Amino acid sequence: MGFVLRALQRARPAIGGRVSTFRWITSTPDLHKPEGAAAAEPAAPEPEIPPRTPVGGARVQFSNPDDAIEVFVDGYPVKIPKGMTVLQACEVAGVDIPRFCYHSRLSIAGNCRMCLVEVEKSPKPVASCAMPALPGMKIKTNTPVAKKAREGVMEFLLMNHPLDCPICDQGGECDLQDQSMAFGSDRGRFTEMKRSVVDKNLGPLVKTVMTRCIQCTRCVRFASEIAGVQDLGMLGRGSGEEIGTYVEKLMTSELSGNVIDICPVGALTSKPFAFKARNWELKGTESIDVTDAVGSNIRIDSRGPEVMRILPRLNEDINEEWISDKTRFCYDGLKRQRLNDPMIRGPDGRFKSVSWRDALAVVAEVIHQVKPDEIVGVAGKLSDAESMMALKDFVNRMGSNSVLCEGNGPNPQADLRSSYLMNTSIAGLEKADVFLLVGTQPRVEAPMVNARIRKTVKANQAKVAYIGPPTDINYDHQHIGTGAETLVELVEGRHPFSSTLHSAKNPVIIVGAGIFERDDKDAVFSAVETIAKNAKVVRPDWNGLNVLLLNAAQAAALDLGLVSSPNDTIPSAKFLYLMGADDISLEKLPDDAFVVYQGHHGDKSVYRANVILPASAFSEKEGTYENTEGCTQWTVPAVPTVGDARDDWKIVRALSEVAGVRLPYDSLTAIRARIKTVAPNLLQVDERELATMSFELKPPVSQKISSDPFKPAIENFYMTDSITRASKIMAQCSASLLKK
Amino acid sequence: MFPAAARLAAKRAFQIRTAFHGSPKVTLASRSFSTALNYHIDSPDNNPDMPWDFSQANKERVKEILSHYPSNYKQSAVIPLLDLAQQQHGGWLPVSAMNAVAKIIEVAPIRVYEVATFYSMFNRTKVGKYHLLVCGTTPCMIRGSREIEEALLKHLGVKRNEVTKDGLFSVGEMECMGCCVNAPMITVADYSKGSEGYTYNYYEDVTPKRVIEIIEMLRRGEAPPVGTQNPLRIKSGPEGGNTTLLGEPKPPPCRDLDAC
Repeated sequence: MGFVLRALQRARPAIGGRVSTFRWITSTPDLHKPEGAAAAEPAAPEPEIPPRTPVGGARVQFSNPDDAIEVFVDGYPVKIPKGMTVLQACEVAGVDIPRFCYHSRLSIAGNCRMCLVEVEKSPKPVASCAMPALPGMKIKTNTPVAKKAREGVMEFLLMNHPLDCPICDQGGECDLQDQSMAFGSDRGRFTEMKRSVVDKNLGPLVKTVMTRCIQCTRCVRFASEIAGVQDLGMLGRGSGEEIGTYVEKLMTSELSGNVIDICPVGALTSKPFAFKARNWELKGTESIDVTDAVGSNIRIDSRGPEVMRILPRLNEDINEEWISDKTRFCYDGLKRQRLNDPMIRGPDGRFKSVSWRDALAVVAEVIHQVKPDEIVGVAGKLSDAESMMALKDFVNRMGSNSVLCEGNGPNPQADLRSSYLMNTSIAGLEKADVFLLVGTQPRVEAPMVNARIRKTVKANQAKVAYIGPPTDINYDHQHIGTGAETLVELVEGRHPFSSTLHSAKNPVIIVGAGIFERDDKDAVFSAVETIAKNAKVVRPDWNGLNVLLLNAAQAAALDLGLVSSPNDTIPSAKFLYLMGADDISLEKLPDDAFVVYQGHHGDKSVYRANVILPASAFSEKEGTYENTEGCTQWTVPAVPTVGDARDDWKIVRALSEVAGVRLPYDSLTAIRARIKTVAPNLLQVDERELATMSFELKPPVSQKISSDPFKPAIENFYMTDSITRASKIMAQCSASLLKK
Repeated sequence: MFPAAARLAAKRAFQIRTAFHGSPKVTLASRSFSTALNYHIDSPDNNPDMPWDFSQANKERVKEILSHYPSNYKQSAVIPLLDLAQQQHGGWLPVSAMNAVAKIIEVAPIRVYEVATFYSMFNRTKVGKYHLLVCGTTPCMIRGSREIEEALLKHLGVKRNEVTKDGLFSVGEMECMGCCVNAPMITVADYSKGSEGYTYNYYEDVTPKRVIEIIEMLRRGEAPPVGTQNPLRIKSGPEGGNTTLLGEPKPPPCRDLDAC
């Protein structure tokens, strides 16, 4: 039959030019009469179907064994919990259903119709994403009916979709491209004009080519459900339907970059990445993010020595499958303002490039000229655990005890891990029903934690109370105060929110790490602990007392005991070793102090430095980071380092040898063995080491709570560290999105 | 010979297409029945900074409309409130009116924009005090709605969705209004008396001549009789009186159970 059709098709041009406008459509003949084809098949004995592996690691959990129902997907029986959709049942059975509008983390829209499957006894194909699976349902995913339905839907989707794949940035990772190859027809019948849609300006991060949009509304649902900004909507109707903001409005969300990932076509693509590379040219390196304390799992896509883009990686416990815009777009900062040679500041005040040997010799000479207690080492907010360990060992061997990490404030409380970690864990926040945010603005400090809180508020109607400066919170909350006096009211139970907190089943208190910088921090923490004790926030089965850290290095620094106080040490320092520390105040530093800056970016502290030692950035080294919930993760080098830069710990190790106090480790394994003796949890990669909680162990606090209101810990979300400050994209974001 | 024939066929196909759609240029424009684009462009009389609020009398009506819905489903009132706002604002919705509605029903403005752009009866650009809507659906089109629209546009000297210089009239198109039996028909949305005196009248069985008479009457401030404009018809009855079912209909035999 097929042969005859093809022969006819060949013959057509010869028959006459008059019918040349007529287009001959071939397709598998049994598609035209699916019922007939199905009936014609001989009733062969059912072949034994081997169990298939679920799609994308789909798993089923039965909270109640009675809720299990059995459905048949292509004849293969599969047990699923009640309430699952047909599409999810197919995934468990190992059948991948094509889809555009369905996304497992968003509400179900059911408007693309790509997921049509045949269900026995149903007169029409059903949209599997919106259809609940019923017991005994016989789902067929590869019958002629289902195939024809998909082919038809695909033809309609492609009707108004431009044929610009060669110039489209989504090319190669486009759902529409892939699925039209797999499920579409080899030609279309559409001869009319395609529509065109005006592009929207969504800001410096998301590039729009709205003509490519297939109206799946994933971005609209993401913006309103997860990002919590009600900016995007579906405007118009019918063939004039389009996604837009109606009024000229930028997408001012810290998660806006994720719409690039969820867009199944090339309508929303990355503006900084536009026309830079094709996805098949890129090498993906699975690493973690260091721009905040969350440690989002990322994939660094690089081409040769250049980081081309950063994408999120699935980690249900930390970032799910989202990342913040700062994480995603800070990468251009890795190419700018880099330090690539050791440098010494000459008598004329200008830096001169020197060799490593000379630079280290100068530093070693100076360090022996100062008194041991005048030596201070400061680890920066992007430092990994290995380099902090090396710095601490080196400074200690030089006879000083002044090693600290910026951001941890004066006299950090490092005795109990529970007093500086997010004890509930990020995923655990979903079980909470009341939140008390003390001096923290999670939306700017840790957008992924904020997304979790928002998810919980949406799902469980959890109540949120916030104490701190006025800020933009994208979920329902009560702003119950700006300073510590509200805490006192809560301690004494006078505040109306106390009763809410006391009646909560799983209350969560989150204290911002900005409090660390306050002089009355011990009193604030003691007040928070009293509130926690009164409201039974910490129980054997639930630990709801959390500290939300700001920087990637903070948790590991406290674990390793970098606990000196900058207020005491900086004014008396004569030799200051800054390991990437740019946000520490150097105003009180004596003018005759010798400053060594070891780091990867020419940022704030370089202005004061006498010697510069170039180091590698997080994308270029192997390093251990501990995130705010105490989960240890590794970065993996994605690109070679620039110029003559070296890993931080190697520089300190080399310096120690030149200075005559050789550190006893020459490899990562050796330094990790040393870390194991101090903080063994830092070797348990991708695991959370739980912290034990006991208020009784803490010494009594004699401090008085001051009446100063809490200050915002982060002024500009887009620029918090040396990498993001060097980034042009982040500068554009600060200019356009933070405009008041 | 073949190429000549092909050319002929292509030409004929083009003619057929033109006959169906009008000229190819207007094909796309005539697809959209809404009076505005799907996005907003600031103008002096339509921008978000323009203050807009319901009048005192309409505030009472807003309260009344909201009372129809549970207090946690205020957003259900979006369509009646937009309608009221449109009546108050002379037949169209500036973006600030939509923002005012969004504030009342406590949703993000975009959710109101979505509704206002979806329904073509919400005008997002200026319309005349008398907004004339010509039915463009098949029965009316067969009975000559194209000619009606042409006559209106020619008489008023405007294009579709354009307002006359005196601000009195504008002509738009609407889909089936359920008067196919009296086709062709036009609707006149009368915004000249604000939301209190707002009327929405059907004029059926119109002819190009009659429709001009109607708008001239409206211009003079008179009220043309609504309904069919054919003097020989009564409402939707047949011309010249009924032709069937004139006598008392006989009851169906089987219903008379005693007779069976």
